[in-house]
Amino acid sequence: MQRGSDSDVLIVGGGVVGCAIARELCCFDLRVTLLEAGADIGAGTSKANTALLHTGFDAKPGTLEAQLVVRGYRLLGDYADRVGIPVERTGALLVAWDEQQLAEFPEIVERSRANGYGAIAELSVEELYRREPELGPGAVGALEVPDEGLICPFTTPLAFATEVVLAGCELQRGTAVEGIERVPGGGFRVLTGRGEWRTRFLVNAAGLRSDEIDRMLGYARFTVTPRRGELIVFDKLSRSLVSHIVLAVPTKVTKGVLIAPTVFGNVMLGPTAEDVERKDDTSSTALGLAYLRSEGRRIMPALLEHEVTAVYVGLRAATEHVDYQVSIHADEGYACVGGIRSTGLSASMAIAEHVRSELGEAGLELSPRAEPLPELRMPNIGERSERPYQRGDLIDRDPEYGRIVCFCERVTRGEIRDALAAPVPAVDLDGLRRRTRAHMGRCQGFFCGAELAALLGAAGERGAPHEPAGAAAGAGG
Amino acid sequence: MSGPVVIVGGGPAGLTAARELGRRGVRDVVVLERELEAGGIPRHAGHQGFGLRDLRRPLSGPAYAKALRRFARDAGAELLTETMVTGWSPDGPLELTSPAGRSTLDPEAVILAGGCRERPRSARLVPGSRPSGVMTTATLQQLVYLKGARLGGRALIVGAEHVSFSAIMTLAHGGARAVGMTTELPRHQSLAAFRAGAAFRYRTPLWTRTAVSAILGRRRVETVELTDLDDGSTRAVACETVVFTADWIPDNELALMGGLAMDPGTRGPAVDAALRTSRPGVFGAGNVLHGAETADVAALSGWHAAQSVVHFLGRGEWPAAPVRVECRAPLEWVSPNTIAPGAGEPPRGRFAVRAREFLTRPRIEIAQDARTLWSGHLLRLVPGRSGRLPHDWTAAVDSEGGPVSVFVRSARG
Repeated sequence: MQRGSDSDVLIVGGGVVGCAIARELCCFDLRVTLLEAGADIGAGTSKANTALLHTGFDAKPGTLEAQLVVRGYRLLGDYADRVGIPVERTGALLVAWDEQQLAEFPEIVERSRANGYGAIAELSVEELYRREPELGPGAVGALEVPDEGLICPFTTPLAFATEVVLAGCELQRGTAVEGIERVPGGGFRVLTGRGEWRTRFLVNAAGLRSDEIDRMLGYARFTVTPRRGELIVFDKLSRSLVSHIVLAVPTKVTKGVLIAPTVFGNVMLGPTAEDVERKDDTSSTALGLAYLRSEGRRIMPALLEHEVTAVYVGLRAATEHVDYQVSIHADEGYACVGGIRSTGLSASMAIAEHVRSELGEAGLELSPRAEPLPELRMPNIGERSERPYQRGDLIDRDPEYGRIVCFCERVTRGEIRDALAAPVPAVDLDGLRRRTRAHMGRCQGFFCGAELAALLGAAGERGAPHEPAGAAAGAGG
Repeated sequence: MSGPVVIVGGGPAGLTAARELGRRGVRDVVVLERELEAGGIPRHAGHQGFGLRDLRRPLSGPAYAKALRRFARDAGAELLTETMVTGWSPDGPLELTSPAGRSTLDPEAVILAGGCRERPRSARLVPGSRPSGVMTTATLQQLVYLKGARLGGRALIVGAEHVSFSAIMTLAHGGARAVGMTTELPRHQSLAAFRAGAAFRYRTPLWTRTAVSAILGRRRVETVELTDLDDGSTRAVACETVVFTADWIPDNELALMGGLAMDPGTRGPAVDAALRTSRPGVFGAGNVLHGAETADVAALSGWHAAQSVVHFLGRGEWPAAPVRVECRAPLEWVSPNTIAPGAGEPPRGRFAVRAREFLTRPRIEIAQDARTLWSGHLLRLVPGRSGRLPHDWTAAVDSEGGPVSVFVRSARG
């Protein structure tokens, strides 16, 4: 059995939280290993969510979640601007549709202030319809949350993982953890289907499987019950219908069905919230889609006249507890970062900062790297900033950026080439989609499906993207 | 660069328009094609039967595409491939992106000939997991005929129109067997000969009144759940490929960007009998105007648009406020769908009409402001296939009056 390198810290789980923690630790002089069970990073819960950059206005005051979302909002917003993660600060309107929902407003405002967010304000019904004229009839009031925004859920974990690789740390995809043993005298042996890794400190950021990893170490603190969320993405031609994120008044169980633009220029409707048994049950359902359509017809009837571009399903890592399940065992160097629900994207960098600081107190030596990390600039896939097909200067230097392969999303051959050769390369069509938007549009491959398959196939034959096998061989100890 | 005529889309309609413009002495005709090669859908339709109505001979798709390319070039048109219109404001020039860089064109006349596409699984809201192996007919054709892919295994075909039957042959070419064909309608919408061929040569059963209620599989499709629409029962069909066929929609983003008035039935730009849109100097041709007609019919539409362009280049007239033609359910659309003075005869001397249901001996009525303009029987209407309405009633349309309404007076189902 091959064996990976010895690490100072090994992180289990390459979702947005695990990637953020790995990136945070890579800023120090540490040997860091990030293991992801799936074929790609950010391909589980992190890829199919509402992709909102939350202010944390509605979190439960006093919880770790509230604290980390509020801080994460600022950290991630700044980071996104710096490295080129698409962000749109649209603001949100929380709409009440009956008197009972309206009666919740004082409590929501109070909670927001308790979380340190004072910019929340009530809007008149007239002002609400002036801002969102396509809203269905019957709204009785609204709260404005001017700082809520949209963020690209694909570029975010990818930027983190790219920095991890550029820092010379180890990323292993397609590597599922099967067992963990404590090493006498300190540290852990992490057993996977592709060999074993030794590490001094261990971080469990395994998302839906964080309870299973926790149990491998003998703890039984929480159980993850996957909560399925179905989302309908409408054609970009519907984008002009909506300007803000239109939120529902939250209930005990869910934040409700929202309508929001996406950074790709679509409009999203969802999510549903349904507890399911299997952690891989990302199937959409006739009932769920019918429910979303009926909610959508009520909230914004004109939206339903548009074509549907895609249906996505995500599973949130819900637990029986209200708060995140974050605990540090200083004695043995284990950090459990579980139960991170839909706010995890916004909170990711603050979670990482928190975990780093706790590990430092637990004895992890945090001395700065000899050389700072190189400046990172991610390829832009957001609709609001210039993309390669729009840049004459870029095309003049490299005509591949003028060769549009995916017509609906205007993705060029140059971008696909780059994504297949990036520090964290795409290994399949879904990975290519998340990195470039290819195949994400209204035709779903009618025009470009065969060409993309051929480009992926050619890259596979060159041996370029199949990173797990190649890199693991190089990293063998 | 700026010529008098730019044709957006180098399929049968666009290439035929280019050829005809050249033949009629129009210089500086540019065809913009975003694919590597012009020719449109026929490039990757390996079966026979193209070119019957326009070239008067049967050709395979690729041979037909090649012939149309040659005719257009020989007539003097410039074919710019890998060139896509990526911007067009309602009063601005065409903005282009190609390997040569970014540029704009502001011609005297534009013909939109961008064609249509099939609705994919997501747009049809078919639930289930998201395995690979789910595709439209066009993707299937490109994989098999352009990329030489071997699919193997079993496939289910969703839809029962002409193109659905062609998919059986494409699958066979790619080494896959069509284990069934489903339609939610009570019968297929194609020709009896195609149906017989499917049954006897390929042994592909046709399941009518059947909906695809779920697609299941981890990495690749494993099973498809079918629901009988009459008794609600479900059953599973094992297969590795699912082909979503037909259910065409015009690729209409450019028309919407350019601020053109759209027809709610066709979902393409509204046009009069001269194929003039609401924007002066902008014409539409072929399947960008409505769900798919066969390639030769699209080509004849391109020919017709070219005649109108020649007429326009000489005079520069444009109708101010044409009368809209609306249709009522169960009719789906009528094309052309506006009436303007001086428009002349529509393409192929007819108004095409489509219905959502099978109608036998429907009595169709065309009226304006409670005044009957025409009334008569059609033999039948089949969903996805066009019926033919005459055009001589257009002379009686009051250009100051309300919209013209087309509806079914009576029919047998």
